[in-house]
Order: sequence, then structure tokens, then C-alpha cells
Amino acid sequence: MQSAVSAVAGSAPLPRPSVRSAAAPAYDDGAVRLFTLAAVLWGVVGMAVGVFIAAQLTWPELNFGIPWLSYGRLRPLHTNAVIFAFGGCALMASSFYVVQRTSQVALFLPKLAAFVFWGWQAVIVAAAITLPLGYTQGKEYAELEWPIDVLITIVWVAYAIVFFGTVGIRKVRHIYVANWFFGAFIITVALLHIVNSAAIPVGLWKSYSAYAGVQDAMVQWWYGHNAVGFFLTAGFLGMMYYFIPKQAERPVYSYRLSIVHFWALIFTYMWAGPHHLHYTALPDWVQSVGMVFSLVLLAPSWGGMINGVMTLSGAWHKLRDDPILKFLIVALSFYGMATFEGPLMSIKTVNALSHYTDWTIGHVHAGALGWVGLVSMGTLYYLVPRMYGRKAMYSVPAIELHFWIATLGIVLYIAAMWMAGVMQGLMWRDVNADGTLVYSFVESVKATYPFYLIRFVGGLLYLGGMLLMAWNVVMTARTGGAPARQLPIAPIVAPTAA
Amino acid sequence: MEILYLLIPFSVLLVFALMALFAWALQADQFDDLEREGERILGDSDPGLDADQAPR
Repeated sequence: MQSAVSAVAGSAPLPRPSVRSAAAPAYDDGAVRLFTLAAVLWGVVGMAVGVFIAAQLTWPELNFGIPWLSYGRLRPLHTNAVIFAFGGCALMASSFYVVQRTSQVALFLPKLAAFVFWGWQAVIVAAAITLPLGYTQGKEYAELEWPIDVLITIVWVAYAIVFFGTVGIRKVRHIYVANWFFGAFIITVALLHIVNSAAIPVGLWKSYSAYAGVQDAMVQWWYGHNAVGFFLTAGFLGMMYYFIPKQAERPVYSYRLSIVHFWALIFTYMWAGPHHLHYTALPDWVQSVGMVFSLVLLAPSWGGMINGVMTLSGAWHKLRDDPILKFLIVALSFYGMATFEGPLMSIKTVNALSHYTDWTIGHVHAGALGWVGLVSMGTLYYLVPRMYGRKAMYSVPAIELHFWIATLGIVLYIAAMWMAGVMQGLMWRDVNADGTLVYSFVESVKATYPFYLIRFVGGLLYLGGMLLMAWNVVMTARTGGAPARQLPIAPIVAPTAA
Repeated sequence: MEILYLLIPFSVLLVFALMALFAWALQADQFDDLEREGERILGDSDPGLDADQAPR
């Protein structure tokens, strides 16, 4: 094994295969192609529901008095659709694509990968039906009732088998850093889902959590924040560590730092959750532990962010010319913003002002629209043409336009929510000399109205960009030829078994 | 807070598992030649993109 490594280290240019072996398996991109299309579709749906409920906050008449159109039922539909349908499909598409290229081997059990795709779509459709009907476990980001939770578990195990199976049969000894991030995301989400969704069914569509009271709250936010950390962060960092170097045609700024980023992040993430429960029945020391861990997370987060951005060091002109790189790099800037804001908001004294206000909503959307959304869109713009045998999207200027519309939308959205949140926090804590409240709650709602309107406009712009993307993807697919079958290059390093 | 009797040992076990994984990665020479690994993905892993150019 050692000799194989030194042999490679000695040869300066990467050896290229002169002849492609006919027996070499082609990459299996069937599931990747389907997941990219599904991600775009669910992106449009999830963001449209988001814009609709933002409009309901501005104009409550839009409830129409119909229960299944009410805010309380559509809000979980929005969060589930954008996180698990849009984000989930983008993660599955990119992880299946990346693990094959970096392992130089076709997907392990491609039929199981197809099952992962259709199973995941079944979960999404089930969510889209049951949530408006009011079936919910009442746990944020884990609302789906137990039969759907069981289906999620089965699909997720299949996903893990395909992913880790592909890593297991890799032809390159080194496991590329993106796969470590994807792997951590897959394993951790499985653990979180099983522990948090433990419930006792009392009927087909009704169950009670296995935990009660503050115990349940602790499990819920242990799940909730680790879902942020591993679904919305680790998974998308995996995306970032492959697609930024590929699109920039440069290796990541410091590969060593990316390894440190990975281990630092996964060793420190687990206990940030209690910051969601400041000033509640949770013991004070647990709240403080949550705050300290949240503050520590700033270091690996910013290390990773700087590492990704600095990949363009010496080639900044690419950022001017390439709209896909704009998506990916600006996504990282929002990741940096959100991971600075998060630790700040986890400080108890700051949280006393920010909690329960729209500042939290602004923070979440800086991460969701800015980081998760933009990095997924950049990745999808990279993947879609390759899935349809084209060199580029049908319209590259449309990508550029999408980028600017989306960025403007995000800025309007988060600036409105910051102002609304700080204003609400200050109004709620304002007391007269005799100790009575200066403002009633409804006065703070009335004062928030203009900010809800700005937020709605920001969301509308972001949705408009997504619709532009959907058109571009459809045109690319329609004008694309038969998808190119890609072959792995010959193994560079002896496989692990050697 | 009985739930901590579940969650804290769970986290400790997880950290041990991660340490074992890290130890495996070290002894399996995963970190031997890091900067080269960063460049490897830029190799010819994506052959000709257009349908007419790509091998079938």
C-alpha cells in the first residue's frame, strides 16, 4: 500500500488512461438526473407556499376561511418542502454524483438508488397531503406522522446503503472530503430521526411522543439544531467542497484545512441545541452548555467558509464572468453571515431580545435562502447540463439574471426581518415606570405590517428567480441530446483491498 | 431532566465512535498526501460532455 502511494507521489502529472477499457462500468446517473429535476420542481412548490404564507401574514384574508389553507397547516408544509424536498433532492442528486466521481466507480446497487428516489418522492407527496389535512406530531421540522416516519427510515437506510456501498467499492484509496461531509450528514440524520420521532401510535394518523414536557423539548431541539448542523450544513458543505473546486477548476484553497473543518465541526456540533430553549424550564446549566458549544462553532464554520472563498484566490476574475461561481461563492458569504449571527443569537442576553421575534425568521432565511438555496442552485446549474449531454445551460444570461434577482430578494427579506425582529423585541420588553408594559402585543403586530410587506416582495423575487431556473432547466432538458454516459478514469491508486 | 441520562451517554458513545473513525482514517493513510488529494478531483473524471463526444 505504501509503495502505491509513493509511486503516485513521484509522478508529477496525473496519469491518464490511454485506452478506455470496454469492461469499465459507466457512472450510473439515472437517480442523479431524476433528483436534479425533482429538486427544481419542489423548489418551485416549496418557495411558492412560502410566498403564499408570507402574503397571509400581510393580508390575513388569504386564509379564505378554509382550514387546510390556514397558516398553521401550510407553514410546516413550506418548511418540509424547502428543507426535505428541495434541499433533500439536491443533496441526494449531488451526493450520488460526487461519490461516483471521487470514488471512480459506478453507483453501488443502482436499482436501490432508484428506490431511494421514488421512496423519497412518496414521502414528499404524503407530507403534501397530510400536513394541510392537519395530521401532525407537532414537532418542528419533524411534523410528519408515524407511518411517514417509518417510510422515511426505510428510504434513508436504502440511501445509506447506496452511498456507503459506493464508498466501500471505491477505486481510489483516499475518501474525498466531500464524501466525509455527505457521510456524516447521512448517519447523523438517521440517528436524529429515530430518536426524535420515537412515538406511541394510537391510530393510523395519530401518535404521542415517547417523551413528555421539557424532556420532549430537549429531544426536539437536540434533533432540531443537529438537523440544521448536519442536514442543512454538513450535507451542503459536501456539495461546496466538490462543486466550487470543479467550477473554479482549482483545488480547494487548503485541503488540509477542509479535513480540520470536518473533524472540528462534527466533534463540536452535537450540543448546540439547548440554545433554542433559553429561559425555559430547561436547567440553567444545560442552557449555558448549549450557548458555549454554539459559540465554539464559529471557529470551524468560518474556517470552512474562508477555505471555500479563498479557493478563488488568484482567479477572482472567474467570479465576474461565471454566474454559477457567483451562486456558490455568495452562498458561502451567507453561510459566514448566518454562522456569525447564530452564535451571537445563542448568547443568553442577546437571545432575551431576539427569541420569539422575526429576527429568528430572518436568521433562518439568511441560512436557508442565502446558503442552502444558492449553493443548491449553483450545484444544479452545474449538474443539469451534464445530465443532458450539454456543455452549459440553455441560457447562461438567465443564470446571471436569476443570481441577481435571488440576491436582491434575500437582502430585502433578511433586512426586513432584522428590523422587524429588533423592533418587536424592544417593544415587548419596554415597561413603564410602574412596571406595566408600554405596548400591547397587537401594537407590535401592527408595527410589523410594513416589514411583512417588504418580506413578501423579497420572497416573491426569490420565487421569480426559481421560476426562471425551472424554465431554463426545462429548455436545457428539451434541447439536450441523449445523456452522455460517463466512464470512470482508470484507478490511480490501488484500491483499499490491495 | 431524566432525558440527559439518555442524551449525554449517547453523545459520549458517539464521540468515541468518531475517535475510532478518526483513528482508522489515520492508520489507513487517509491523510498521507493531502494537498494532492485536493487536486485529484480536477483530473479527467468528467469526459466530453456533449452526447456526440462522450464514450457510450
